[in-house]
Amino acid sequence: MPQKTVYQARIDYLQILDEQGRLDQTLARDTLCDDDVRFLYEQMIICREFDEQAFKLQRSGRMGTFPQNKGQEASALGAARALRRGWDHIVPYYRENPALFLHGLPMHYVLLFWMGDERGNAIPAHYCINPLIVAIGTQTLHAAGIAWAFKMRKEPKVVLSFFGDGATSTGDFHEAMNFASVFRLPVVYTCLNNGWAISMPSCRQTAAQTFAQKALAYGMPAIQVDGNDIFAVYKAHREAVERARGGGGPSLIECLTYRLGDHTTADDARRYRDPKEYEVALARDPLIRTRKYLESKSLWNEDLQVQTEKRAKAMVQDVVQAALRTGKPTIDSMFDYAFEQLPPEIIRQKQTLRTDSIGQDPQQIGLRTKHREPHHA
Amino acid sequence: MPKLNLVEAINLALVQEMEADDRIVILGEDVGVNGGVFRVTEGLQKRFGPERVIDTPLSESGIIGTSIGLAMAGMRPIPEIQFEGFLGPAYDQLVTNAARIRTRTRGVVTCPITVRVPVGGGIHAPELHSDSPEAVYAHTPGLKVVMPSRPYDAKGLLISAIRDPDPVIFFEPKRVYRSFKEDVPEDEYTIPIGQANVLNEGTDITVITWGAMVFDCLAAIDHLPENLSVELIDLRTIWPIDYQTIAQSVRKTGRAVVVHEAPKSVGLGAEISALIQEHCFLYLEAPVQRVTGFDVVMPYYKLENDYLPDSSRIMRSIQDCLAY
Repeated sequence: MPQKTVYQARIDYLQILDEQGRLDQTLARDTLCDDDVRFLYEQMIICREFDEQAFKLQRSGRMGTFPQNKGQEASALGAARALRRGWDHIVPYYRENPALFLHGLPMHYVLLFWMGDERGNAIPAHYCINPLIVAIGTQTLHAAGIAWAFKMRKEPKVVLSFFGDGATSTGDFHEAMNFASVFRLPVVYTCLNNGWAISMPSCRQTAAQTFAQKALAYGMPAIQVDGNDIFAVYKAHREAVERARGGGGPSLIECLTYRLGDHTTADDARRYRDPKEYEVALARDPLIRTRKYLESKSLWNEDLQVQTEKRAKAMVQDVVQAALRTGKPTIDSMFDYAFEQLPPEIIRQKQTLRTDSIGQDPQQIGLRTKHREPHHA
Repeated sequence: MPKLNLVEAINLALVQEMEADDRIVILGEDVGVNGGVFRVTEGLQKRFGPERVIDTPLSESGIIGTSIGLAMAGMRPIPEIQFEGFLGPAYDQLVTNAARIRTRTRGVVTCPITVRVPVGGGIHAPELHSDSPEAVYAHTPGLKVVMPSRPYDAKGLLISAIRDPDPVIFFEPKRVYRSFKEDVPEDEYTIPIGQANVLNEGTDITVITWGAMVFDCLAAIDHLPENLSVELIDLRTIWPIDYQTIAQSVRKTGRAVVVHEAPKSVGLGAEISALIQEHCFLYLEAPVQRVTGFDVVMPYYKLENDYLPDSSRIMRSIQDCLAY
């Protein structure tokens, strides 16, 4: 009986801008122009400021749990930059705020969401951004479904689905990868591998050498990129988006980045993270690298840095003040969106704010309560 | 007017709605080429093509999760889960996402999907093919749960479910898929979700049931002495529950028996008993009776008829309630 190799594969790693801010000119050709990089760097500064102010809001008791995004800005921005804003669709989880802001989502929404207010997830349809999601991995199937609808209607739109390294351990991730490739759906799966799922390092999520290689089992193209390198992230995504838009089906992109914050404000990473590892990661911060590159091209200097930080601070402060001024939703709103048309029982609960019975139903007035007026006759 | 069985009535509703609305797609395991393991989607793929009647991978969470995405993007998917026992893997998507999306986005994103699921015991099927999990989903805010018993109701309720702007789980009692035919109008019609049907009017006692148990209740009523007047309510919609019809009936009769296949404890019988005491306490002549499955794992088919309530158990309970 013959024995032969029926399948062989490799996973490429892409880095274009290294830790010192040196660019590989050949690989960088036809990617981001200097104006793009400068604009994206400004976005990074604004998002970092948003992150810091949100953190302080929680620490001062004015907001609930918040997951910091810091460290992942280049991954989120490079991926989202490869899409057509207001046309292609983003399916986020909750650690890619820079991508959402780049596509026009007012910061207000994200703050409201983490302030415990559903209006933060009432994202108007024209942004083409799905609500943030807490149920890890489940959104990857929604991304496949949305992409499927685009394909059925022959709309040349692409879906970008974000998730973390932890999500690749869920069944839904694998079912989504399988549906997307079997039906050749126009979706790009972007794994933001930030090294951690709360306290579990990525080596506890997989024994495989990369997360990218999981795509091979689904016959899907895949690549691992330096997720703190805005050029590499952008280039990989642009290729994947073009392939998807051209009918070539889905791709998986693993962005190697690092969660510089705790999992959320309710977490303390010092309990489980080696401080040396953290030091190394700090030095690989995408903001440092992008700034070095811009400075090397004389496109950035300390003055611009100070001005931009000041502008970011003022901008985010306005958003924070507006969010703090936003009152509680009406109690009615808790009921109003249960269904499009409320069934009688929910209407009764909404009108009376009671779930008990005696006193609400005149036919239930007993001997001892007969003299009383029914609460709501 | 054609005489159709339950399978044919559901098939007709699917055909007519798909003709009328090109946003509708059917997806599930073996629903296309094979026409579904119960042949409910027979002929649909031939008629509407493999782009609209889609054979999916064996992946229940995948079927429901992608259906949610399709619905979010403006389609009207009708996923089929082959048996109620396989709802388990899809539970997370139904409860975590489908049920909550309207509320958590304040109505911006909605999930109009109709999940068709054969349900219940009595067909001598293997393990995990005979359960009755309707209470699980009825207890999930944001989901509607429907279970018609008759071909006429099935067509009208399925059309309502498909047109409903919210997620509906449409349980099909597989034991009575082909047990009888009745007149089903060719023209499209709807039966509103949330309306029970008084199948048999009476004045002495109210029997409340749904799904295949309707026919065991009818058999029980047939065996009771002719001078007893039993009112039989086919709930048709589990949630939102039509408590007005139940209350109106029990205020008249003063006695009630609830019959369901699912286990007794913490089930819909308990909910309906509570509703009756909330709405009819001063009218009751006897404790509300429950005739249900036992609080055990659904047995394999050698014992399934010992598990399922039958007409003699129902009859005895009616008589006990009347004698109280």
